[in-house]
Amino acid sequence: MKDKLPAILVGLAVVGVLGWLALGSVGDNLVYYWSPDQLEAAGTKAVGANVRLGGLVKPGSIKVDGTVTTFEVLDGSGKIAVPVRTEAIPPQMFREGIGVVVEGTLGDDGVFKSERLMVKHDENYKAPTSGADAEAAIKAAKE
Amino acid sequence: MKRWESWVGLLGLVLVLVGSYMGLFVAPRERFMGDVQRIMYIHVPTAQVTLLIFTATFVGAVGWLWKQAWKWDHLVEGSIHTGLLFGALLAVQGAVWAKPTWGVWWTWDPRLTSVAVMVLSFLGILALRSFVDDPVKRATWSATASVIAWVNIPFVYLCVRWMASLHQTQTQSHQMDPAMKLPLNLSSIAVLLIAIHFVAVRWRIAARQRARELAE
Repeated sequence: MKDKLPAILVGLAVVGVLGWLALGSVGDNLVYYWSPDQLEAAGTKAVGANVRLGGLVKPGSIKVDGTVTTFEVLDGSGKIAVPVRTEAIPPQMFREGIGVVVEGTLGDDGVFKSERLMVKHDENYKAPTSGADAEAAIKAAKE
Repeated sequence: MKRWESWVGLLGLVLVLVGSYMGLFVAPRERFMGDVQRIMYIHVPTAQVTLLIFTATFVGAVGWLWKQAWKWDHLVEGSIHTGLLFGALLAVQGAVWAKPTWGVWWTWDPRLTSVAVMVLSFLGILALRSFVDDPVKRATWSATASVIAWVNIPFVYLCVRWMASLHQTQTQSHQMDPAMKLPLNLSSIAVLLIAIHFVAVRWRIAARQRARELAE
């Protein structure tokens, strides 16, 4: 057993490095969601493909008409916006300015049709800072 | 209560009750997420400790490959069992938090996917151990596999910073309300103590099984 130890250790080091590289390159190729600018850069290639689109809900863009919700998803720079149309029921946290990830397809008309709307909450955990915040939080909790 | 790990486990149990009470009833309600955010006080400690437990598996695996002393194999066995229990709890807690906030129980984002890979790979190693009758071969093969499986652990921790994901990144101290920190820190210590208790108990079971196997 003892004389095999160096070979085992070398083998482990090789496998470890290979595993690390594999994970790293998977990281470059596997994309959980596209940002609006990445979707735009893909051009017509993005049309019809089943993808996820992630970004921030553009303030003032949310419109609810019966079961249909439309809004726009902004990229980080705030310059590129993709209109989204969904019949999914928005999660309770859905609001203007919040991060969202939508699953669906980009149509020929430039509208992203989504069957699934997910809300991304950030890493900030804060107590309500004002009376209005507290009331909103209590109201949201009751609903 | 003759053994040290019983006292460690008891202290962990008391602290987790204190931390949970403070998290549920004393800490402020989160501004946007409301009361559901209070699951953080158990989910974050469980996540931290699960990664630590599988890192203990890695230490045990390297120790066995280096020294071939049975105590290292006991650590591998004890920590894998405990890590799988905590990993399963982690996934359930995460799903309960995700449904009301994200809107889904599960999604294949990098964090959730890498945690699934972590749990399944160590589950596979546990299966491997049960297939191998020779204790020395069992220890060497599972140690080798554990070292490979551990490579995923830093990725689990860092992927939320590297890649687009739905899961939020780690919270920095200034991003958290000061009144939330004490219950969270208490729960982290508590969950760590409970994990140490479980690993120690499972270690003793492994030691007895090895002693019996080697005597045959």
